[in-house]
Amino acid sequence: MEIGWIETTIGALFATVVLTLWLSRGSGWLEPRFWRNAAVVSSLIMSGILVYLTVDSVNQIREGSARVPAYTVINHEIGLKRDYEKRRDVPVIGEEVGFFGKVWSEAEAYALVNKGKMTLQSRNCMDCHTLLGNGAYFAPDLTRAWLDPKWEAMVMPMTGKATREEAMAEWLQHPDRYPTFARRMPNLRLTEEEAKALVAFLKWMSAIDTNGFPDRFAAAE
Amino acid sequence: MTQALPQGKLYESQKLALWYFWVALALFGAQVLFGLLAAWQYLDPGFLYGKLNFMTNRMLHVNAMIVWLLLGFMGGVYWFLPMELGREVVGIRLAKAAFFTLVGAVAVVVLVYLLVQYGPGNAFTLWFITEGREYIEAPRWADIGIVAVMAIFLYNVVATALKAQRITGVVAVLMFDLVALAGLYTAGMHYTPNISMDQYFWWWVVHLWVEATWEVLVGSIMAMALMHLLGTPRRIVETWLYLEVALVFGTGILGLGHHYFWIGTPEYWLGLGGFFSALEPIPLVAMVVHAVYDAGVHRMQTVNQPALFWAIAQAFGNFIGAGVWGFMQTLPQINLYSHGTQLAPAHGHLAFFGAYVTAILTVIYMALHQVRRPDLPRFDSKLWKWAFVLMVVGIFGMSAAMTVAGFTQTMVERAIGGSTWQAYIDAQQHPWFQNGMVWRFVFGVFFFVSYLVLLWDLATIGKGEARAVKEVGAP
Repeated sequence: MEIGWIETTIGALFATVVLTLWLSRGSGWLEPRFWRNAAVVSSLIMSGILVYLTVDSVNQIREGSARVPAYTVINHEIGLKRDYEKRRDVPVIGEEVGFFGKVWSEAEAYALVNKGKMTLQSRNCMDCHTLLGNGAYFAPDLTRAWLDPKWEAMVMPMTGKATREEAMAEWLQHPDRYPTFARRMPNLRLTEEEAKALVAFLKWMSAIDTNGFPDRFAAAE
Repeated sequence: MTQALPQGKLYESQKLALWYFWVALALFGAQVLFGLLAAWQYLDPGFLYGKLNFMTNRMLHVNAMIVWLLLGFMGGVYWFLPMELGREVVGIRLAKAAFFTLVGAVAVVVLVYLLVQYGPGNAFTLWFITEGREYIEAPRWADIGIVAVMAIFLYNVVATALKAQRITGVVAVLMFDLVALAGLYTAGMHYTPNISMDQYFWWWVVHLWVEATWEVLVGSIMAMALMHLLGTPRRIVETWLYLEVALVFGTGILGLGHHYFWIGTPEYWLGLGGFFSALEPIPLVAMVVHAVYDAGVHRMQTVNQPALFWAIAQAFGNFIGAGVWGFMQTLPQINLYSHGTQLAPAHGHLAFFGAYVTAILTVIYMALHQVRRPDLPRFDSKLWKWAFVLMVVGIFGMSAAMTVAGFTQTMVERAIGGSTWQAYIDAQQHPWFQNGMVWRFVFGVFFFVSYLVLLWDLATIGKGEARAVKEVGAP
């Protein structure tokens, strides 16, 4: 039998109650000893389950897994489609189309996305934007930013660039020049290299399977 | 029994606690000021644009809060610990050194945040300017300092208990909790390009601090406070504390799963996280029951009126802010749309205030009573009531305004608009959202005024008026 979350939940609660009762034999439920046992037992059981699930989750979210793609995904076409069996949007990785006019090797792709992540942290993106829904709320969510229709509809014509990645890199270096609404992103002095790396990071992030968050982004495409 | 020194005498540890409290209160002011700047930038995006950007104000707003609450908790423990164990805290010089190290480090970090703000995309920035990960933006060198200070703090508690050859239930819970607290922080000290992995362990610090170890830490402090404030018997207080630990850790540890819905982690977290986090309000309901019972037994009168009211506010605030506002958005079917909207800060503001600010204010008022007028049978002033009411109205006003704004985002941006860039802009320009931001600022100013009233009361309570009244009544 496959052990799912319901079995885990019921098992955890059951084990906590039974073990507490067994350890507290002879004490009434209003006595300190009963609740001291309950505190120790529930902490240990829940921590144990967390550690076990962490091992499993960490294995499932390693780069190159089914949920979190390898960094070379930046060479590919990325899209979203409705999965009617799962009843949510899932990322689809299409054919190899290159990125900034070339195909990046595994090591090059890693170096680029890594640089992008460093740039993201060094410019404190999370204190205005959300990533995978986490961060601040002063600027748009970036989970699927690579797939946003606005790049083609607005930013490519505005910057005069021929590809989405070039338009994004140009925009990121001079966001103050290309306003999209009253709140403008400040110019954080990204170098060209950093801007390209950041675009690579965003493209890679948009291919992560996020259990359907944000909902119906695919419909916007 | 707990042991206070004779009237007018303080343990060294208690004198140190007062330093912690005053620095904490100063940082509280900084938190509110940077919050006001950030709130104003929603209304006037050109304000300080390119000079002191929203991201910097927001970082300072949140970081000031984390540090001042930690300082307040540490002060609370240094205040009660010697009375709890009946002796001076061991390693007091080390504790003082840790205090000055921490204050110095905070000053350096804040100056770098303000003057340097950000750096190039490399490891140097992460080590010396900012790590750029919301809540734990502190550069890596400061992370190491924080863990070192927590280790010294833990040493003080453990060594004092060993030297006193005495361990109470409260101190046992405290030690256990501090080990977890210091250990968990190290989970947030790793760099990885993999954002899913990054956020997985980032939540170990953010959630397991705030929704588990901080709750238990504040529970231990409030347990010690209640024994002094209401004379509640140790047996009852400790039984409640164990019950709280059982429920907080029993629900909060796997409740962590409500942050694992959408970060790339497996689907089982939708069920586990939803179920256990939905149970997280239970211990908070238990605390409300306890508070109502205690307040009723004492007919809302104690030796320290402001402390009593802040303690009751803590029980209700924790339940409403953390419990109700958290539950509102914790189930995955709702969170899919409400995640990453102003509903999160609505919950955050109410919960941090309700659960933690109130607790620290309770302890500070108790400390001031003992420092200034231990002879007074009833510690009271006119002003604290104003500070109390204004502050509660201010925080509820801000949270209500953000709730309306967050509701608008949930509907317009997420549910209808599909969360695109344009959908985001549409929601931000919606009148409900914009009105929400105006009212948030208005209540923010309100809150700042109440902070000033509070500060004035803390500076003066038990000094002039009360003494005069007593002298008039004296033969």
